[in-house]
Amino acid sequence: MNPNLLSKLEILAESAKYDVSCASSGVTRAKTAGGIGNTAGWGICHSFTEDGRCVSLLKIMLTNYCIYDCAYCVNRRSNDVRRAAFSVEELVDLTLGFYRRNYIEGLFLSSGVINNPDYTMERLVGVARELRTTHRFNGYIHLKSIPGASEALVHEAGLYADRLSVNIEIATEKNLKLLAPEKNHESVFKPMEFIQQGMLENAELRKNAPKLRKFAPAGQSTQMIIGATDETDNQILHTTDMLYAKPGMKRVYYSGYIPVNTNDERLPMLRQPPLVREHRLYQADWLLRFYGFKVDEIVDDRYPNLELELDPKLSWALRHPEAFPVDVNTADYALLLRIPGVGVKSANTIVMARRFGKLGTADLKKIGVVMKKAQYFITCKELAIRTVHETSPEYVRRKLTGKKPDSSQLEIQFDW
Amino acid sequence: MIVFHYDKSFEGLLTAIFDAYLRKTFPHRLLLPDEPEPLFCEGTHTVITDPEKSERVWKSLEKKVDKNTLNMISYAWLSELPGADEVIFRYIRKTIDSPHSIATNFADDDVLQLRQIALKTSREKQRMIEFVRFQKTSDDTYFAAIEPDHNVLPLIITHFRDRYADQQFIIYDLKRNYGMYSDTRQVTEMSFTESELFDRGKVKDHLLAENEVLYQRLWKRYFKAITIRERINPKLHRQHLPRRYWKYLTEKDPE
Repeated sequence: MNPNLLSKLEILAESAKYDVSCASSGVTRAKTAGGIGNTAGWGICHSFTEDGRCVSLLKIMLTNYCIYDCAYCVNRRSNDVRRAAFSVEELVDLTLGFYRRNYIEGLFLSSGVINNPDYTMERLVGVARELRTTHRFNGYIHLKSIPGASEALVHEAGLYADRLSVNIEIATEKNLKLLAPEKNHESVFKPMEFIQQGMLENAELRKNAPKLRKFAPAGQSTQMIIGATDETDNQILHTTDMLYAKPGMKRVYYSGYIPVNTNDERLPMLRQPPLVREHRLYQADWLLRFYGFKVDEIVDDRYPNLELELDPKLSWALRHPEAFPVDVNTADYALLLRIPGVGVKSANTIVMARRFGKLGTADLKKIGVVMKKAQYFITCKELAIRTVHETSPEYVRRKLTGKKPDSSQLEIQFDW
Repeated sequence: MIVFHYDKSFEGLLTAIFDAYLRKTFPHRLLLPDEPEPLFCEGTHTVITDPEKSERVWKSLEKKVDKNTLNMISYAWLSELPGADEVIFRYIRKTIDSPHSIATNFADDDVLQLRQIALKTSREKQRMIEFVRFQKTSDDTYFAAIEPDHNVLPLIITHFRDRYADQQFIIYDLKRNYGMYSDTRQVTEMSFTESELFDRGKVKDHLLAENEVLYQRLWKRYFKAITIRERINPKLHRQHLPRRYWKYLTEKDPE
């Protein structure tokens, strides 16, 4: 084996780490005779880095040489960084070696653009092809679709990969062009459409030939960088909403901007990546996907940004006290999900448990409801004495953020 | 207070349930045969494990509850937590006595507790599926040591058998001193009497396959390189990757 392998691996993992996606979920594939591995539909994380992120796939670049010069990217051509490239064989050996030791679920392969998009894409597809056909690898494969690659190549990629992704990177086209002059939204949406097209055509074909391999069975995902440009959360979440409306779009990831290129005046000077904002965006994303919220309920022109000190659901509840209190013993599931402190799991448990008798605060607590928040928004078996109506949204906000009221004003505290 | 003594086997527990219904006395505590009885003990009974009786209890449970609940009972048992057997006992009794299913009555303490205990086992099962790390030995067998809080090896073995259908491997529980060996055709339970092959879960160097050390180094290097240093968050790291599992994680080994 090549003695440079260690440093190569290091360089190309360092280059790939800013892509936050690492999911291995969405596909269940059984073992095959003579093949290696299988895929578990729920996704498996094998380790967690010291920044707390899941390591599920061997997330790596084929090469970090790149012809583009995107301001936000560590691998842009004007950067003076160590460059390296893997051969197909090296990557295949690494993936299988790691997989057999239960280090990973599979491969997440990306690449800098060398020569031209098609040339690069062909190499990515080549690795996936080798794994799937020669080695009959049944683990997970996530391929990056290179912006500008031809439809034929994207289609071939979809036949080997479980998931394909194209990163939109910046939520508005104006800012994308500012930071990445060689890219525009069309160059991102085109490959996304190729992927959609591939999925739809494949679904059609599979009606007559059910044994045909599924095209990108885990769909596609994308990523936006947060805080490198001046978008509001309103703009970001509306872009998200538009993306989720596309068939097969499974995840939109948010990546708090990390100043990798400090000498570019187009980029802001940040002391710390906007981690709290990123977290709030993920929470809003969850509200969109699992809690039945519409994007306009979370952000609009009056409230263009998510509050950093409160989660978006609580923030919504405080703006809409008229929706509360909710009676946990009678309200339907959709309404339960609106209560701050009640998640999908506890809402399900409440619906099941209340068939046997009325629930009280003690029961709710045991079930897993976060009563610290929920107490202001519910009624149950017991008399409610401190809901958001008996007190006020401002009072609840103060209680939950732990903020002292404005000291220049006298206030009479009614604490029950 | 009524206490039953039994041998702390699952069959024994089911036999105890059978006996209780037969005697029409229900224990408040379940103890080992030689465990001292509490003060104010009104009655004791020593259960003699009987496969026929336990079979009958299990069969009647199978008729009454769905597969999910049966699984939950097994998971709770494998948790090996003190008191889990008493929860299972009360849960089964309530199930038998109730005309309709109590499986989702989470306002009932035993129902909720059974689920929570089962969840603990289930969570660790998931973690073990994640954290098992194989070392390849010179005879092409992949070896992994584990030391789980709960007895999850029987629960994870099917996952590994399916995934690594073409490789021989051993997953060995050092805490309970037994392992499962898959020779690609079938899985057998085994235990090492002398552990000259490995030391604290690590296969001895001269028994490792040729490339094994390189792969371990590659993995460690990768694990380091993939970390975003600007975002380091030790608390979150330990929350996902509790320290008690670090012992057998290749990537947490010093390089």
